Amino acid sequence: MEKRNNWKAWLYLAPVLILMAVFTFYPLINTFVVSFIKDYNSSYGFNAQIGTSNRYVNTGFTFNNYGVVLGITPRNPSTGILDKTFLSFTGPSALGNTFLITFVTVPISVIIALVISIAINSIKVLKKFFQTVFFMPYVTNVIAVGMVFSIIFSRTGVFNTLFKLDVNWVNEGATYWRSMLILFVYIIWNALPYKILIFLSGLQNIDKQYYDAAKIDSASPVKVATKITIPLLSPQILYITITSFISAFKEYNSIIGLFNRNYTHDGNLPDLYTVVYYIYDKLNASSQTEYASAAAVVLFVIILFMTLIQMKISKKRVHY
Amino acid sequence: MKQATIQTTHLNLVIPGRQKDVLTTQKRDKILKAIALILIYVFIIACAVLVIFPFFYMIIGSFMLEEDVIAGKLWPTAGSFFENIHYNYTQTLQRFDYFKYVGNTLIVGFSTTAGCLLITILSAFAFSRLHFKGREVLFTIFLATMMIPGEMMVITNYTTMNNLGLIPTQGQTRIQAYLCMILPFISSVFYIYLLRQNFLQIPNELYFSSKVDGKSDWQYLWKVMVPLASPTLITITILSLIGSWNAYVWPNLVTKNNDYWLISVAMRGSALQLPDPLAPDVYKTQSSWTMVASTLTVLPLLILFIIFRKYIMKGTGRAGIKG
Repeated sequence: MEKRNNWKAWLYLAPVLILMAVFTFYPLINTFVVSFIKDYNSSYGFNAQIGTSNRYVNTGFTFNNYGVVLGITPRNPSTGILDKTFLSFTGPSALGNTFLITFVTVPISVIIALVISIAINSIKVLKKFFQTVFFMPYVTNVIAVGMVFSIIFSRTGVFNTLFKLDVNWVNEGATYWRSMLILFVYIIWNALPYKILIFLSGLQNIDKQYYDAAKIDSASPVKVATKITIPLLSPQILYITITSFISAFKEYNSIIGLFNRNYTHDGNLPDLYTVVYYIYDKLNASSQTEYASAAAVVLFVIILFMTLIQMKISKKRVHY
Repeated sequence: MKQATIQTTHLNLVIPGRQKDVLTTQKRDKILKAIALILIYVFIIACAVLVIFPFFYMIIGSFMLEEDVIAGKLWPTAGSFFENIHYNYTQTLQRFDYFKYVGNTLIVGFSTTAGCLLITILSAFAFSRLHFKGREVLFTIFLATMMIPGEMMVITNYTTMNNLGLIPTQGQTRIQAYLCMILPFISSVFYIYLLRQNFLQIPNELYFSSKVDGKSDWQYLWKVMVPLASPTLITITILSLIGSWNAYVWPNLVTKNNDYWLISVAMRGSALQLPDPLAPDVYKTQSSWTMVASTLTVLPLLILFIIFRKYIMKGTGRAGIKG
């Protein structure tokens, strides 16, 4: 029976395999290869054009694309100017901003989501209602709500009016840190619903007898939270931390929503580039696909590295 | 010495050293519990208000005249309520071709979802019901691709679409634009995983009894498994449609004509402007109209969420349970 099923199974899998081969597996390899190609031309694949002639040859492989992206080697050797938009130790850069966003928003949003989930789980009346309310932002449009946020936080907007402030948070001329702060707020607001959903479903699966035992020992609420709830919720906490690290590293839509696209391009304004933002800008610009590819590979390696670290931690620390 | 609160009516225990009997302790505990409960509710409601506020202000803002939004009013003060709504919505719809973009989004969304459902059903069936060499290895490879950032794929997919002639610099046709937006999103490992988990729960006995009835695998899949897994299929449909509605990056990259924009791209790209009364040459974006456009973009999602809440929460929650 197993033998007979063999070819049939591949027939069932044929559509998904073809699509994944074209749109997942091939791109994966190709992007990796392109990141090493010298003078890559996206229209002619592996070959690059010589001058203005119609001849295309493969000019070989190089590490220079990574050098240019990481700001080590100049893009144009004759000028010697280093591109510091991706990586810079002196000012805002794509990678710096991305790390900042990740290490600020992930811990804060996990803690807030945890506190809210434990609070919701401890009540009985209106529990379902609040569960729904807190999940609602999950289905919203990041671009549209981002534009609403930028109006709320505009100079004369409702936030400043309510708190009697006159601070330029997100408009033209706002300082880097103010823009960043609102971006953090927006990303955390956006990230909460999913986390709360996962934490609540985890909390509901915890056996009630642990809490009964704690009651008999008259353990304090803080002790119950740190000794029972959080350890038993550790699989969910780990899962959420990994996924939100990855999604925070790919932050892009929220920036587009909050700040207009052209706004961050101007040199005089705070530069809110992120890794993904950089990749799409290089992709949009002509003949810079190799830099987009190199940046994407860097992103991939960072995400892989973080996931491995967290998997290692999970083996040691996570209680199952 | 700490003393447990014991349910008692006859005994009256006295805790040494504190000069308090159990009844007073119980009473105090009850009051403390009530206060804690009130504090918890206050905290939850405060957080809920913060979470909901952007939606509230988005809708209220779409009812305000521009001067009120700019002045940061919490409630419309200028103009008359219904006239404001009428003015804002008609003016916005003149500049923001909402129904055209919704049409594009629905065409792309439903096509993607239909293709996705078909492919997901077939592959989930192979991964759950059929036995073949390398099944577990292949499935693990599939799952591993979920971890890889999509940007790795987007770069080459853009080149692929370009090479297929679907993104000409001039004169991109409607079909070309739609194909660009549909093709890469038909296969989704997450949905295959979701449906496979559901298929695995269907007892083997059903399969064997349908075999006895002389049904083929194909008939069994469509007559037995698919109807049984319909809740998961509804979840996939809704999540996939929401995905198309919120898609920004890829549609923005591959559409070269405003006529083919999806709703999210149009939301960011539309110019909802009026000349500044003080300087007629300077065009100013109207915040109130932005609120209208946002409301029109977000409201269908909220309605969908309220109707299909159970399916959406189940589908998104599923991923986390396995840990």
